[in-house]
Amino acid sequence: MEQQPGAVWVVVEQNGGILAEVTLELLGKARDLAALGGGAHASAVLLGSKIESLAEELIAHGADQVILMDAPRLTLYQNDTYALVLAELVKKHRPEIVLFGASYYGSELSATVAAKLETGLAAHCLDLYINDRGEFVQVVPAFGGMILGDILCPTARPQLASVKPGMFQKPDRDTTRSGETLIETPTVLEGYASPLKAVRVVQSQPAGLPLEKAATVVAGGWGVGQEAWHFLDQLAGELSGAVGCTRPALDEGWAAGEHAMIGTSGKTVRPQVYIGFGVSGATHHMAGMKDSGVIININKDPAATVFQVSDYGVVADAKELLPVLLEKIREYKGKSKSQATIKCIQ
Amino acid sequence: MNIAVCVKPVPEPRHYDKIIINPATKLLERKGIPMIINPVDKNAIEAALQLKEQFGGKVVLVSMAPPDTRETIKEGLAMGADEAYLLSDRAFAGADTLATARVLAAGLTKIGGLDLILTGSASADGGTNHIPSQLGELMGFAHLNHLTELHLEASTIKMKTKIENGYVEYEGSLPLVLGVARELNTPRYTTLMGVVIAQNKPFTTWGLKDLGLDPSNTGLSGSPTQPGDLHMPQHGQKAQMFAGEPEDMAGKIIAILRTAGVLD
Repeated sequence: MEQQPGAVWVVVEQNGGILAEVTLELLGKARDLAALGGGAHASAVLLGSKIESLAEELIAHGADQVILMDAPRLTLYQNDTYALVLAELVKKHRPEIVLFGASYYGSELSATVAAKLETGLAAHCLDLYINDRGEFVQVVPAFGGMILGDILCPTARPQLASVKPGMFQKPDRDTTRSGETLIETPTVLEGYASPLKAVRVVQSQPAGLPLEKAATVVAGGWGVGQEAWHFLDQLAGELSGAVGCTRPALDEGWAAGEHAMIGTSGKTVRPQVYIGFGVSGATHHMAGMKDSGVIININKDPAATVFQVSDYGVVADAKELLPVLLEKIREYKGKSKSQATIKCIQ
Repeated sequence: MNIAVCVKPVPEPRHYDKIIINPATKLLERKGIPMIINPVDKNAIEAALQLKEQFGGKVVLVSMAPPDTRETIKEGLAMGADEAYLLSDRAFAGADTLATARVLAAGLTKIGGLDLILTGSASADGGTNHIPSQLGELMGFAHLNHLTELHLEASTIKMKTKIENGYVEYEGSLPLVLGVARELNTPRYTTLMGVVIAQNKPFTTWGLKDLGLDPSNTGLSGSPTQPGDLHMPQHGQKAQMFAGEPEDMAGKIIAILRTAGVLD
């Protein structure tokens, strides 16, 4: 079936058969945009090898259609092979909008496809919407997130955008949804020899709970310092949460690694509770945490910018407060545990 | 081995909190912020200089920028690059990444005889990460971005690129366009001698006509994306504030955590 113009595509990112969260977030957004585009399709473009079982999951998360290309040649992501097949699919089906997750793969692939098609691409979008003139507006960060700019793509089609993970709500999984699966073959790769070869992918999950899944995020900034940093890990342990950090704390080497950085060029978190210690409130960091449920910040400067996005502000030296808070929480937990025990006995 | 490094003059990132949007003109104001070479582009220059030290050849810098950035680009010559090409024309103003890549590709093609093109993975100001991939496509060279390791062995190049929580190993051969991540190396400092020598190194400026480009393919008019309004991120919530002895503050925080349901 020939696809009607106006479809909104999501290029699926999967790793060993596991769908990236950002893909599911984008499916929800694609459906909203497609509905505004006069009932066009929201399609998921699924490339890989032995991945056809993921089609159902994509439909359950909002795809009206899955465009599936399953070939051994696509086992490992490479920008050349993936971009070649995507550009062919775009030429054939002529979607209006193509969305990518702004992961390392997604930002490279989107840029490559945009150059092949000589069309527009907005990078690391923080928001996407249709304005009252019917234009697709892509909001991008500039100057490290200090400035936000609207990007439009007036004539070139499709309009490409890479979107930062964590910007949109993942739709609820609904296994009663139905959708079609369109099977495509990578004919464009026949006789094509890659000048590059992806030999091996090495990934290791950092220890502990992933930051973006934690109900409580304990974040540390410049005001914590190297000496007191370990208290954050202990506090996160007591609260069954995860530790995040600001860019300066990462640059100083206090934090566990890049996976812990919250901000425009790092993770976007929206936990039930965010509790920040010695975080000044650089726009970069705040863009990554401002949508958290309850925001508590501890900073010795009562005029710290971070208090502007906080529900509760505590004016105190993070270094001094951390050990006291940790002790009090342990004391409280011990007490509430013994109370619970007593309750059981009674 | 002839290597080109594409560099971008950017306002110094440490001063980005001073950038404002003029409420009357709706334009960015970044007065008084010094221009520097995009920090990760210096990692690309460092990588090029190391390869030159190992294999010989020359390192040329290529930049699409306004004419007043000459002195900034000379920082790269002071680090040790041999020549610089500034691609500058009013017709290049307002370019998005695709229109920028077209101008860079035209300059690199005119220079010719290049084995390797390096650049930083992203610029500090725009931060799109697009240029390495788009330049590679337009040049017809294989390309990779977010490069963290590079080893040249005979005719094979072994590379690692960064991904979430890990890396990918690649093998390839020249010519290539590579976007360099800051993990690749530590850029060398410039010496006073380097700065002095840089003053006499060849510095060429090319405009639209020199590159044989059509103005409808460059600058704002050649850009598929067009900029709309600018905004400052809005914050303005009023926090409930507490101050006092650490013990009392700890008690307050425990109460908030309990109410929020994350502490039983």
